[in-house]
Amino acid sequence: MVATVTPLALAGCEERLSTVHPAGPAADAIAVLWWVMLIGAAAIFALVAVLLVMAFRRSEEHPGAEADARHERIWIKAMGLGFTLTVLAALTVWGIYIGERLLPRPGPEVVSVGATGAQWTWRFTYADAPGRQTEGVLHIPAGRPVDVGIESADVIHSFWVPRLAGKLDAVPGHTNVLRIQADAPGDYAGLSAEFSGPGYTGHRFTVRAHDEAGWDAFLRGEG
Amino acid sequence: MNALRRHRELERIWGPRPGWRGMLTTVNNNDIGLMFLIVAATFFSIAGVLAMLIRAQLATPESVFVGPEVFNQLFTMHGTIMMFLFAIPLFEGLTIYLLPKMLGTRDLAFPRLSAFGFWCYLFGGSLLIFSMVAGIAPNSGWFMYPPLSSTLGTPGINSDFWLLGITFVEISAISAAVEIVVTILLYRAAGMSLDKMPIFAWYMLIVAVMILTAFPPMILGSILLELERAFGMPFFQVEHGGDSLLWLHLFWLFGHPEVYIIFLPAAGVVSTVLPVMARTTLLGYGWLVAAVAALGVLSFGLWVHHMFTTGIPHMGLAFFSAASTLVAVPTGLQIFAWIGTIWKGRPEMHLPMRWILGFFATFVIGGLTGVMIAMVPFNFQSHDTYFIVAHFHYVLVGGFVFPMIAGIYYWLPHFTGRKRFFRIGETAFWLVFIGFHGTFLLLHWAGLLGMRRRIDHVDAGSGWEGINLISSVGGFVMAMGFALIIIDIGVNVAVASRGPRNPWKAGTLEWAMPAPSGAYNMASIPTVRSRDPLHDDPDLPLRIARGEGYLGTPPASGLRETMMVEMSSGRPSHKIIFPGNSAMPITMAVVTGGLFMGMLLKWYWLVPLSALGVIGMAVWWAWGLGSRRDEGLQDVGNGLALPPGTQSVNPPGWWGSLFTLLADGVMFGSLLFGYAFLFTLAPNWPPPEWLRPEQRDLMLWLGGAVLAFGGIRLADGALRREGTPWPGLLIGLAGLAGLGAAALSVLRGTTHDGHAYEATLWVLGGYVLFHVAVALIMMAFLCVRESFGYLSALRIGEARVVRLWSDYAVAVALLGLGAAWLPGLAP
Repeated sequence: MVATVTPLALAGCEERLSTVHPAGPAADAIAVLWWVMLIGAAAIFALVAVLLVMAFRRSEEHPGAEADARHERIWIKAMGLGFTLTVLAALTVWGIYIGERLLPRPGPEVVSVGATGAQWTWRFTYADAPGRQTEGVLHIPAGRPVDVGIESADVIHSFWVPRLAGKLDAVPGHTNVLRIQADAPGDYAGLSAEFSGPGYTGHRFTVRAHDEAGWDAFLRGEG
Repeated sequence: MNALRRHRELERIWGPRPGWRGMLTTVNNNDIGLMFLIVAATFFSIAGVLAMLIRAQLATPESVFVGPEVFNQLFTMHGTIMMFLFAIPLFEGLTIYLLPKMLGTRDLAFPRLSAFGFWCYLFGGSLLIFSMVAGIAPNSGWFMYPPLSSTLGTPGINSDFWLLGITFVEISAISAAVEIVVTILLYRAAGMSLDKMPIFAWYMLIVAVMILTAFPPMILGSILLELERAFGMPFFQVEHGGDSLLWLHLFWLFGHPEVYIIFLPAAGVVSTVLPVMARTTLLGYGWLVAAVAALGVLSFGLWVHHMFTTGIPHMGLAFFSAASTLVAVPTGLQIFAWIGTIWKGRPEMHLPMRWILGFFATFVIGGLTGVMIAMVPFNFQSHDTYFIVAHFHYVLVGGFVFPMIAGIYYWLPHFTGRKRFFRIGETAFWLVFIGFHGTFLLLHWAGLLGMRRRIDHVDAGSGWEGINLISSVGGFVMAMGFALIIIDIGVNVAVASRGPRNPWKAGTLEWAMPAPSGAYNMASIPTVRSRDPLHDDPDLPLRIARGEGYLGTPPASGLRETMMVEMSSGRPSHKIIFPGNSAMPITMAVVTGGLFMGMLLKWYWLVPLSALGVIGMAVWWAWGLGSRRDEGLQDVGNGLALPPGTQSVNPPGWWGSLFTLLADGVMFGSLLFGYAFLFTLAPNWPPPEWLRPEQRDLMLWLGGAVLAFGGIRLADGALRREGTPWPGLLIGLAGLAGLGAAALSVLRGTTHDGHAYEATLWVLGGYVLFHVAVALIMMAFLCVRESFGYLSALRIGEARVVRLWSDYAVAVALLGLGAAWLPGLAP
């Protein structure tokens, strides 16, 4: 669905950093969530607008205690409590369900890498190639889940590759693990998404997803 | 006495002194309220100019209009000023001005305190503006995350301006909140039971309690961060056992309720203005009170949703996500109650109504995007992007600024006594409304395309250049609209023609007086029987002016007389004399400023000096209250006689202390939370060694607590039996001294700049020491008052106030020192 809606919505736009042009399962699930929420929100907004317009086009025929009780039933109990609770409960359950799917669960395919943010660079390490360190470019295999252990060398940063997954912060003294996956080989733009001082705007990196042969070559030190 | 003479007499009693001195010494709620409004509007204009500079920079790609250093100051100050120096003071000003009128009383509970708060606000705010003019303004974002905001990321003075200036300003938020709560609970028209209060008073009561419970965590956080910056106490430095996440928790413990603290007063304005515009009554008064109370409680349970991306355990994520959506239920309930109100009435399209409709269109979108970002997965993508920037501008401008403008236009005839003259207001509305959506609607999309907030320029080829240009143009259109509103209000204040009293035919008491109102607000205090007294009795304003209510005869003594009521029923209970004009508030604010200037300039000698000054001022302040003889019942008119307030068991000062201590208690709770947080979650714990108390310290601690707890009770009881309070007071003093010695031993046993554990113990010990010292000074003050004959079996109030503070000191000493020693005592 996302694939069909998106090109219509923004033909011609640059999509390097776009969360609505997902290139991995996590970003894809979130993009679906967004489009559904947008449609729902638009419907609710239209409902409120219609109710307001109608309010101006009518007047209460028989004002009094009985009418007040009726209004209270409709507006407060049915709409204010019933409607909002139903919509929100459904959405929350779905949101939590999607959230569970994004968790970094262990599996045989999972690749582990480390990312350390510093003012204003990113350094990456690889569990499968001990001692190997890259700066500014994170290498991963395409089509396999990758767990990124995110740390900071100085202030708070945030690791974000919009087309692959959501962001997670690099907090001094803590290690946060983010699951990312790129469906196809290629370069994906990454950003630091927590303000970190004067060099913040240029605090970027690239995720390079390799095909199987390319990944093996990288691990052997040839990439 | 006719109405005009009564007016002149009351004006002489309640008005400010003539000339410029009047402005510096006034304690009248009308003056203070207007001063708050004018200063808040000034700060709004300054922050608006900053916003224009930000939009100018982002209008074109690769702009070099300002560099990163300046840009970081611009957005930090824009957010800081709008949140702390504009939004909160604006609604405080409106409330200070209107509340006594709506409640049918003559002034706020503690007139000098409101003046003190105003001067703290002005001085603290000016500090920040000065830093900006000098080019050394805070530059790490309005939420000041360490280590970036600490010495590591900001070695200069920039962050200190924020931490000290904002804390100085927060004094005014806390004092206004205490003021508002006590006024609503104790000072109302006769017969105004809680369920007959104007709905605005309910909103403000809940908002004020929220201020008292939400601000202290941030004030504590600011103090801790300033201590780290000034003295190297490593609360947020991970290598020494601190954790920057502690700041995030403390900040958002404040920051989320803050959003509702800003929204609810505006919602209160909507609930007040909308029914009048729809020529009906508010639908579901009781439901709305319940919804607002629910919002007040729920808003404290979702601060973590600002931290979803910091690595919160996933069960925590689910809980806070559910809590964040749940809070939309009472908000939705209010929206539908308002729509239902329009349905049941006959709406008229006046200018305030236009702004309320603008509020609906804008705030509903902001609320819907708010639900979206409460969904954790979507939050992971949208967090710290322009989607968030757009969302919170929809909420804050749509949910706060628009209703406040509706309120200002609604009450403008009341402020000025004039009819609106030109139709500039309508043009301004459309400029702001179209400009606003032009600025922010498409920025949601830019955020989804990966535009982060706080970037200092737009890259060419990013795909957001067009959106940003549209946004900047919209921003300038909106700015023109706001400028027109300010011009419009100025024109209407200056030149419009006299208008009728109560032009909207509203039912609440603020319209039962001439416009603009006299300094005394109510010529006599009326009796009310419903929520819309002016609808029950259209002649009420006349009756009030003729002095047919209570206290209708201005006293020859020239004292400011008013009346206190029983909290729930609104039955008159005591006659109160308010203090007159005084230079004390502004002097106190200047002396208090010494504390902050000493810290800022690192003139540390100035800090204890100012502290002594504050104590001296406080004693002087309190000395003028009370009475040295027992008095009988006093006539308040209409055949009613009441005892004087000095003979109340729980006088307003007791209630004020209670709510001040509520805020203080939340601060102490936040400190214990911080201690537990570092203990359990921070890396690099446990510290090298735990502090072990000596037996002598434990005995001082427990013995002191027993003596202090018992002593003040003995004194209180003796006073009531007309006995001598001296034994009790002396025992209490000894007990407090013991507690102080015990607290000192904690400070002696640790070094402040070692491990975060030791630094925390310093703060715990210092906190206990501070409160023990306050209680000691108060108890000594009570001894002197006893010698001068201010206390008796009837005049027990002061002893009750001291008992409250002394008990609080005992409680924090038991808990605080206990917590400090616990790890060392555990086997």
